[in-house]
Amino acid sequence: MSLVGMTIAAEGAPAQERSIVSRRSRLLRPALGFVLPVTLALAWEIIVRLGWSTGRLAPPPSVIFWTFVDLARTGELQRDTLVTLSRVAAGFGLGAAVATIVGAATGYSPTLRRLLDPSLQGLRAIPSIAWIPLFILWLGIFEASKVTLIAVGVFFPVYLGLMGAIQSVDRKLVEVGRAFRLSDFEMVRRILLPAVLPAYVISLRSGLGLGWMFVVAAELMGASEGLGYLLIDGQQLGKPAEIVAAIVAFAIIGKATDWLIALAAAPFLRWEDVVRHD
Amino acid sequence: MLVLDRVGKTYPNGVHALGGVSFEVELGEILAVIGGSGCGKSTLLRAIAGLDPPSEGAVVLDGERIGAPHAKIGIIFQEPRLLPWLRVADNVGFGLAEQPKAARAQRVAAALKRVGLADKANVWPRELSGGQAQRVAIARALVPRPEVLLLDEPFSALDAFTRTDLQDHLLDLWADAKPTLLLVTHDVDEAIVLADRIMVMRPRPGRIFDEIAVDLPRPRDRQSAAFDFVKRRVLAGLDRSLNRAPSSAEDEQKAEAGAAMWW
Repeated sequence: MSLVGMTIAAEGAPAQERSIVSRRSRLLRPALGFVLPVTLALAWEIIVRLGWSTGRLAPPPSVIFWTFVDLARTGELQRDTLVTLSRVAAGFGLGAAVATIVGAATGYSPTLRRLLDPSLQGLRAIPSIAWIPLFILWLGIFEASKVTLIAVGVFFPVYLGLMGAIQSVDRKLVEVGRAFRLSDFEMVRRILLPAVLPAYVISLRSGLGLGWMFVVAAELMGASEGLGYLLIDGQQLGKPAEIVAAIVAFAIIGKATDWLIALAAAPFLRWEDVVRHD
Repeated sequence: MLVLDRVGKTYPNGVHALGGVSFEVELGEILAVIGGSGCGKSTLLRAIAGLDPPSEGAVVLDGERIGAPHAKIGIIFQEPRLLPWLRVADNVGFGLAEQPKAARAQRVAAALKRVGLADKANVWPRELSGGQAQRVAIARALVPRPEVLLLDEPFSALDAFTRTDLQDHLLDLWADAKPTLLLVTHDVDEAIVLADRIMVMRPRPGRIFDEIAVDLPRPRDRQSAAFDFVKRRVLAGLDRSLNRAPSSAEDEQKAEAGAAMWW
């Protein structure tokens, strides 16, 4: 082999190797997150199987799995999931919609901000769970009080996120809009909206996270169906596997809905100049 | 014709930034306004752009008083200020929203080709170098075919090589439609390379101190004796504008060292 040929071969090999390594790491990286929970679950399973623990209060993964299957077979899991999901959807929709309108108004208009923001900040200081007794008195123990509580939980992160984002839009970009003589409406559509979108999406995601937190509080305060009801039912009837199954269901659906928002927003945020490690 | 009639600006906090600036600029003329930091040259440019209307006097373009951004006036800022959520082509076409899509695409493509970035039409602004981004900003300002183009220290953030390159390129683009160019700068070389006339400003409040005609044929040789002569004249004017005694030895040193950046 000539010297040139050797040089080419030497340069080609690492490139090929690199592409294989990058493909492998693309598959391996997400898997890395499973290492810790799977190891812990397997260890617990082995400990119970070996009889070192009865696993009565902390059931092993296999028992939780079969509880999951049983709940799904009777249709209870689907029904409870659907009920909880619809409560979160209604509360999130309501809270996010009101927060978007109020946040946009206070972000855009200093007068409205001076008028509304101090009161809203005052309300924010109240732990939202403290509203529960009042909501039950006002709205009864059924859906309305639960949805309202979730909406209150969702409202604050979205409101604060959007108002802050509008206030921190780069003045220099707004000036570009002015130099091109954009109308107020065009300024909002072509400059403000795209500029606040990344922060708005983050605030929606943290709002949704709080929505899932508050649906549990709402269902714990009295419900005859829903994943929160499964938790109470498991506690009262001494069925820890049912409690863990409900917690796992919360985790899966919570993560899935968060992922849906991120996925829906991704095409609009491709321009972002952020650090991408993947 | 662009006419400034005793244009003054006092900010609400009492700062008297501009004190009665008057001059006229013919259509197609290139005028450079030069001066140290805080002499009010950017305030003057913003008043002409209609972004910060003057508190006294008037800016009049073709008989029309300018109090807000105007269709006939384009502006290029110190930073490219591209909208990061729009691809390069959409940034260039930003001021053509009312045009039919096909006509817009055609003009954008032509402008991008003209600034040598036809292959960058579909990239995001974050993928451009500083010089490329400023070229896009130039294309964006020129595409609506303004009668007056204002430039606020447009190349000051770029490296020396890119700056020289873009100065030549700007002249090249200017020759297409010959709009009036009004350039604010603190770079003496840049003012002499580009302008037909140089206005020296003095600060507190900002006003015109000196006016120097640059009668050199284009393209201008930055190394020529004639260029050097004008440069000394401008530097001396700048020194006098700050009540500094012009020292010929110092001037020579500045010229020799190429220290034409006058802050």
